[in-house]
Amino acid sequence: MQMTGADLIVKLLERQGISTIAGVPGGAALPMYDALSKSEQIHHVLCRHEQGAGFIAQGMARVSGRPEVCLASSGPGATNLITAIADAKLDSIPIIALTGQVPLSMIGTDAFQEVDTYGLTIPITKHNFLVRSAKELLTAIPAAFRIAMSDRPGPVLVDVPKDVQNQMVSFEEYPDVVVPDAAPSFDIGAIEEIAKMIEAAERPVLYLGGGVIHSGASQLAVTLAEQASLPTTMTLMALGAMPMDHPLSIGMLGMHGARYTNYVLEEADLLICVGARFDDRAIGKTAEFCPNAKIIHIDIDRSELHKVKTAHVAIAGDVGQVLSELLPRVKPQLRKRWLSHVESLKGRFPLAMPGVDNPRSPYGLIHAVANCLDDSAIITSDVGQHQMWVAQAYPFRRARQWLNSGGLGTMGFGFPAAIGAALAEPERTVVCFSGDGSLKMNIQEMATAAQENANVKIVLFNNQSLGLVHQQQNLFYGKRIMASRYERPTDFLKIAEGFGMRAVDLDPAPNPRAVLAEALNTPGPCLIHATIDPNEFVYPMVPPGAANSEMIG
Amino acid sequence: MSEQNTNLSEYIPDVPEHAGFKKVVLELGVANHPGVMSHICGLFARRAFNVEGILCMPVGSGETSRIWLLIFEDERLEKMIRQVEKLEDVLYVKQHDGEHPVFGRLDEFFK
Repeated sequence: MQMTGADLIVKLLERQGISTIAGVPGGAALPMYDALSKSEQIHHVLCRHEQGAGFIAQGMARVSGRPEVCLASSGPGATNLITAIADAKLDSIPIIALTGQVPLSMIGTDAFQEVDTYGLTIPITKHNFLVRSAKELLTAIPAAFRIAMSDRPGPVLVDVPKDVQNQMVSFEEYPDVVVPDAAPSFDIGAIEEIAKMIEAAERPVLYLGGGVIHSGASQLAVTLAEQASLPTTMTLMALGAMPMDHPLSIGMLGMHGARYTNYVLEEADLLICVGARFDDRAIGKTAEFCPNAKIIHIDIDRSELHKVKTAHVAIAGDVGQVLSELLPRVKPQLRKRWLSHVESLKGRFPLAMPGVDNPRSPYGLIHAVANCLDDSAIITSDVGQHQMWVAQAYPFRRARQWLNSGGLGTMGFGFPAAIGAALAEPERTVVCFSGDGSLKMNIQEMATAAQENANVKIVLFNNQSLGLVHQQQNLFYGKRIMASRYERPTDFLKIAEGFGMRAVDLDPAPNPRAVLAEALNTPGPCLIHATIDPNEFVYPMVPPGAANSEMIG
Repeated sequence: MSEQNTNLSEYIPDVPEHAGFKKVVLELGVANHPGVMSHICGLFARRAFNVEGILCMPVGSGETSRIWLLIFEDERLEKMIRQVEKLEDVLYVKQHDGEHPVFGRLDEFFK
């Protein structure tokens, strides 16, 4: 066979099962776009900014668990992708970023739209390639997929100079379609030791992280919890792994976790950490997190073990495989004393949700949205107060129901990620909870949502401020409000309509629940606007750097 | 609620002391292509882990290279090695003590 590098790229993507690519064209990517014009399998989604393309690919990957692709040109195209790639790195999301580059002979000459994409993306990718010949694509593209989805998933960037895209390449056969590498093998002796520790513990807690979602191990984790009667907390990334209303769920831990959750952890004598990484927002001050607990740590990434907290027993392995081996070895227990103590802590220090019955307040609006939807809906969020309120209050009940930017905390994530989710699973309703600060950071993708008729509903919490900054300035900086209030209001309804998106306003509606239900249940993109009091704060809150027991509010 | 909390402050942890005096030599087998050095050195640099000496030559047919790193040991070394091992282009990492002769005869070039 003989074809150009660009045609080969498109063929290799098709062979990996790619059916949608999000991107923005430009000079150095034109041969790839020309090749895409001939593809019958791949639908290209034209984004309005490359960061939007990166997050659309992420949204698709987060709901499917498979690598998805975004495409950009050289220079500013590549630099605009960077935030979305870094975000995928921190949340372990498998995306492939394809970028055009200036021709090989011009690399290093400060050519038009030249930037060192390879160098820039070293620290924010799992791996990256600068392809130097069309023949190398035969190995680089399959390797990119294999690396993105094997072990701990992550983003891979492939930078392809324009002359490499145009170069002819001859080959006998296409490389094989790649599948994930086998997960590392682990020691059964350690599994038996864990089973004994769980049996011997009096006050064990199960601590689930995003790795449980990536591994598809939610059901196994819930079974373990039920079999050994383990109160179970989830990180921001793991919400949905155990249904929020499961009797053993003690909700999200950390900076904005409920008081009782952090108190239960404080009393634990055994912490079983599965696919989580002891992030500072989850554990607070390291030395004071679970001060009395022995620690079991299960993670596929060996470099996470003992990184923050030294574990008594650590296993590097796929959490699903480890839990499958562990389950038959764990003795069923009732643990009545511990569970009733946990229940009493929950009764005394529950998550306070003031205004939950009022759809014009944050918790009330979240509950009103949830009441209009079933568990098939996908929920995304941007970053800020609204994100934490949703994480605390939304009744997540399944894995991959909740998509948010956990590690990097990228404002502007939620909306394009929601478009990606809607493209990947068009039969579902996708709701993006956003704030006015976050939404503005990728608001141009309203045009993309309208063009694709994506079934995305933005629920906009508009407090005309950068709410979490405003909150921290109030609490920790002597109420000196600096640069966190927007002086001029923005007419989001007009903006949405200007982009060709439907918009509804809950503020003047005599019956906001009815307006909400109608908007959520009408297919197609829609902005749902609600004004929120800027003096509503997210509580409880652990001051940054403090121990989780030092919650305020 | 916010009234009573105006005196709260953020806690920002101090930078831990990492000073180590014992030298360690790391031997890395790596894929040989432009950019590998950048991946490895970047990993050390962004953790402010100083590399005292570095040697690199291709091995055999040139498919792979061997990199020798001379570093001061500190409590982060074990974590550092695990991060290095994760790099796609790193095939193996071996740890030797600081007396390993690979850097021994280089002194005369640095006088």
